[in-house]
Amino acid sequence: MLMTERDRVTNEIKALTDKLGHNRTALVPILQDVKRKYHHIDSFAMQVIADELGIHPVEVHSVASFYSFLGDRTQGKFVIRLCRTISCDIQDKDRVARQLENDLGISFGDTTPDGKFTLEWANCMGMCDQGPALLVNDRVFTKVTPERVHEILQDCRSAFGQHAIERKEVHLV
Amino acid sequence: MNSIPTFSSMNPEAGLAKALGMPRPDIIAEISASGLKGRGGAGFPTGVKWNFAASAKADRKYIICNADEGEPGTFKDRVLLQEYADLVFEGMTIAAKAVGAKEGILFLRGEYTYLRSHLEAVLQSRREKKLLGKDVLGANFEFDIRIFMGAGAYICGEETALIECLEGFRGEPRNRPPFPVNTGFLDRPSVVNNVETLAWAACILQQGADWFKSKGTEKSTGIKIFSISGDCARPGVYEFPMGISVAELLKHVGGQNARAVQIGGASGQCIPASEFKRSIAFEDIPTGGSVIVFGPHRDMLDVLHNFLEFFLDESCGQCTPCRLGNRKLLEGVEMLQAGTCSMAYLQELCALGESMQLSSKCGLGQSSPCAFLSVVKHFRDELMGRTDHLTHA
Repeated sequence: MLMTERDRVTNEIKALTDKLGHNRTALVPILQDVKRKYHHIDSFAMQVIADELGIHPVEVHSVASFYSFLGDRTQGKFVIRLCRTISCDIQDKDRVARQLENDLGISFGDTTPDGKFTLEWANCMGMCDQGPALLVNDRVFTKVTPERVHEILQDCRSAFGQHAIERKEVHLV
Repeated sequence: MNSIPTFSSMNPEAGLAKALGMPRPDIIAEISASGLKGRGGAGFPTGVKWNFAASAKADRKYIICNADEGEPGTFKDRVLLQEYADLVFEGMTIAAKAVGAKEGILFLRGEYTYLRSHLEAVLQSRREKKLLGKDVLGANFEFDIRIFMGAGAYICGEETALIECLEGFRGEPRNRPPFPVNTGFLDRPSVVNNVETLAWAACILQQGADWFKSKGTEKSTGIKIFSISGDCARPGVYEFPMGISVAELLKHVGGQNARAVQIGGASGQCIPASEFKRSIAFEDIPTGGSVIVFGPHRDMLDVLHNFLEFFLDESCGQCTPCRLGNRKLLEGVEMLQAGTCSMAYLQELCALGESMQLSSKCGLGQSSPCAFLSVVKHFRDELMGRTDHLTHA
């Protein structure tokens, strides 16, 4: 990491802790913000967070690695989480899964080489009456069919193209 | 089907206005008299919980609404938060008045992040209407609610794990006792209630305990909100009185030809068609509201495999019976699927399941073998000596 980038991360985390508080109860919200912004919580960021909260960095790592929405792996700009629990399972989530893999060219757990998409399984996301369901970042899609997969991915790609030019953070609205 | 007639007929604010004019013990007495029990599934009497927190001495107390709805097949809280958020927040405010808390936290699961902006808007409008804030309805009572986002962990639906997460730790359940009503968030007395419980508390204050008791059974009073999914014609959210039989419920949702239903989510029980006369209530089949219907063509081993993969993934790993037990049960299901499990080993797996129920630290490990044990009990004739994988190979 470049020194200037380190400075930027440090300053942003300091601003976050000033806003959310310098105590442990702010840890999960801080990690959520860092993850949303950088799609990754690296060891440098963990060290800065630890320093700001006055705890050991291994504590930060232990919390980050516990929660499936945090984690220490780099994720794409769009994290696609397909529900695999029973009600979506019996509504043919396997076909949607296969089509996602086909259209993205990656398997579950992987990120596309261009860093745009991460494909993951999710446990029950509370859309059991409208399965199969998937989340793209924070947005929920229900009754997904294999044909609709392409459309959902195209929406993400066009959102990304637009925001990439504006250099803004990418989120589907 | 997303509307809940009873909640739609409520007049938001009336319950709170009434509660603010009542002495604290009277509010708790009203809730106790209604017989309201925790709607998340555990069924702990709400009045007793509030009373413990009210009598605890501390500088601060907290009201925590558990919206970490992660149980497979449960989605009623999502609908409640979407459609009846005011009622839920009103319930929290009434609980705060009853126990003497100033701060409320809505613990919303990460998967429901898309609900957050709506909920923030509801909170803001309540602040503007003086239903939250420094001086609620001019009654010299202060209370406000903030939203805390979960980060994708089923185990945080367990109240002590939820508190660990709020405090910035891994969501690993604590030993109980001490219970959160004495030593909860930041070691202060904390009431942790399910979304639906709080909504009912608001209704009870409005309509009275007798109105609530007029539905349901003697031990399980009131109406319950059900999340129904699976092989049925009309999945969705329904309200039924407690004590409804499985058969009647299936008639309403168009699932009469079901071979089995899973009641209470993955951690609940699997009820075969021969027992559809049983009733859904705390004294017979307890539930948090999740009903998953399995049609005539479902293979119960596939269902079990799905459940056990879920538990294996979501076990926090803190205690051995749950961490290793779920893995062993999953391997056992895979052996059954491959037709390589001896009867002696199946019996050993059942004994393991019973040990997990006895020795796991929290509800996850205590209840994860339930589905396995009930499927083995009711569908034993379908499990042994399978050869289907041979023809597929």
